[in-house]
Amino acid sequence: MSEAIVSLRNVVKRYQRGKQVVEVLHALNLEIARGEFVALMGPSGSGKTTLLNLIGGLDRATSGEVIVAGERIDQLSSGGLAKWRARHVGFVFQFYNLMPMLTAERNVELPLLLTSLNGAQRKKNVAAALAVVGLADRARHKPAELSGGQAQRVAIARALVADPTLLVCDEPTGDLDRKTADEILHLLQTLNRDHGKTIVMVTHDPKAAEYASRQLHVDKGALVQGEQLAGAAH
Amino acid sequence: MKYFPLIWAALWRKKTRTIFTLLSIIIAFLLFGMLQGVNAAFKQGVDNANVNRLVVTSRISLTEALPIAQMQQIESVAGVATVAHATWFGAYYQDPKNFIFAVPVDIDRYLKAVPEIQAAPEAIDALRHTRDGILVGLVAAKKYGWKIGDRVPLHSTIWTRKADGQSDWNFEVVGYYDFNGDKNQTDAALFNFDYFDEARAFRRGTVGWWVVSLKDPNQSAEVAGAIDKLFLNSADETKTQSEKEFAQSFLKQFGDINFIVKAILFAVFFTLLFLTGNTMMQSVRERIPELAVLKTLGYSDLGVLTLVLVESVLLCLLAAALGLGAAELLFPLLKSVVGEVRLPGSVLVAGTVVALILAVATGLPPAWRAKRLNIVDALAGR
Repeated sequence: MSEAIVSLRNVVKRYQRGKQVVEVLHALNLEIARGEFVALMGPSGSGKTTLLNLIGGLDRATSGEVIVAGERIDQLSSGGLAKWRARHVGFVFQFYNLMPMLTAERNVELPLLLTSLNGAQRKKNVAAALAVVGLADRARHKPAELSGGQAQRVAIARALVADPTLLVCDEPTGDLDRKTADEILHLLQTLNRDHGKTIVMVTHDPKAAEYASRQLHVDKGALVQGEQLAGAAH
Repeated sequence: MKYFPLIWAALWRKKTRTIFTLLSIIIAFLLFGMLQGVNAAFKQGVDNANVNRLVVTSRISLTEALPIAQMQQIESVAGVATVAHATWFGAYYQDPKNFIFAVPVDIDRYLKAVPEIQAAPEAIDALRHTRDGILVGLVAAKKYGWKIGDRVPLHSTIWTRKADGQSDWNFEVVGYYDFNGDKNQTDAALFNFDYFDEARAFRRGTVGWWVVSLKDPNQSAEVAGAIDKLFLNSADETKTQSEKEFAQSFLKQFGDINFIVKAILFAVFFTLLFLTGNTMMQSVRERIPELAVLKTLGYSDLGVLTLVLVESVLLCLLAAALGLGAAELLFPLLKSVVGEVRLPGSVLVAGTVVALILAVATGLPPAWRAKRLNIVDALAGR
């Protein structure tokens, strides 16, 4: 296996729910190599989204080590973690989570506002990202003027535009019809194969998981099964 | 600047709400500009009062007349340089709205006591030799289009003429005067006391108040005390004040303008604080998932706090600028109340400071909430 981009060692995550403490992940170990496309599967409440949030630096482990892109992110301060996310992670959500009042290009530009790029450079990068997802002609449209598939493509362009180390996708096709879902998954697969992007995707859909190079099953807070797919579907 | 499109777009996310909030703040600042402007204009009149002059009125009331025989006694008081007199004429030109501060004076004495008055020597000489002559201030002359040689009828709300019992008095314009460039002082006119005193139907031989100039302004209190002592227990007791105190007490006849203005503005801004605060809270509450997405993308807690706060500052400053701008445009409509003045710069500065305080007070609680937002909970809708 090539260099690990994600490495989780004995990771435990507990939540306080009322008076109860619930352990969502139990001493979990995981390694994801650079350039992998990993699908995290499992039933609702199994802990897969929690695992994704830990990998993406949105949440903190109760104990254990979380090393992503060479950094112990479990030890970073809140500000440090925000900076780290801006530099290393692109996020794609089930419901796109675009800013409704901004055009597609302004949405895609959001991560670049945190960089030192000037206006012209930002514009160039935004145009390139929108071209990659095939939406160059929809740059001036607002999310309400786009279809679900187009909105998700804009979200993918936003995740890509700052050239992150890792793409983290939470049910990216959960809100889309089969045909559009396949288009989005195909796009993610292209980004993985042709652009070398490491992708970690949470999905319920076995068909969606077939696009990944590896499937991991999470159940009751533990990895129960791993399956290496030599060629991956489609 | 690169964040401006994001902040601007967030501000207009709910257009109708933003427009109504903007309008309420604009109206509050329009009111602020107009009321503070009136207050400042009155205060300016008080501030411009000469420290070298005293004003002597009846102890009972400003409207009570004083006998002209007091003049020589006042002149004899140590420290007094000159004594002049004036009498309230209550004049208007053609329409009661056209109030003009026209007073009968002994022009030579008055010019000595009030040297700020600047008039051409031939105009002063013409007034001396024209019994019904009138010297008009530059603002009044311009306002009513009066030229030298014009016959000008002024209606007095107090004084009737002995000859015909009428209140209309006719004057001939003999010249103009300035008052060191102070436009507030020249929507006025001066005419001969002798003509007025002979022609009026009652209270002849009396004046409205004395204007006393001092040899040394530091002796103001002593001289004032000495003048009042002179007429103590007489039928015409006096009250001597500095010109500034006189201006203040004159204004207080209309009520404590400063207090009234401040009370109204306090009520307006207190209400506005809740209105705008509630709007900002609601606006942020609706955008919690969006703010969580910004944090997900790498915007720091402080960065998100700043974005929300700047949004509030932008809203308040924009509305304040429009409100104060409208006040600046409408202020000339109050010319008949406050005279020929522009909205003072101090009011604009104060307005900006108030807008900033309002912005921070209403923007900080939602901004703080945005700062403390937990990404995972916010994205999950918890």
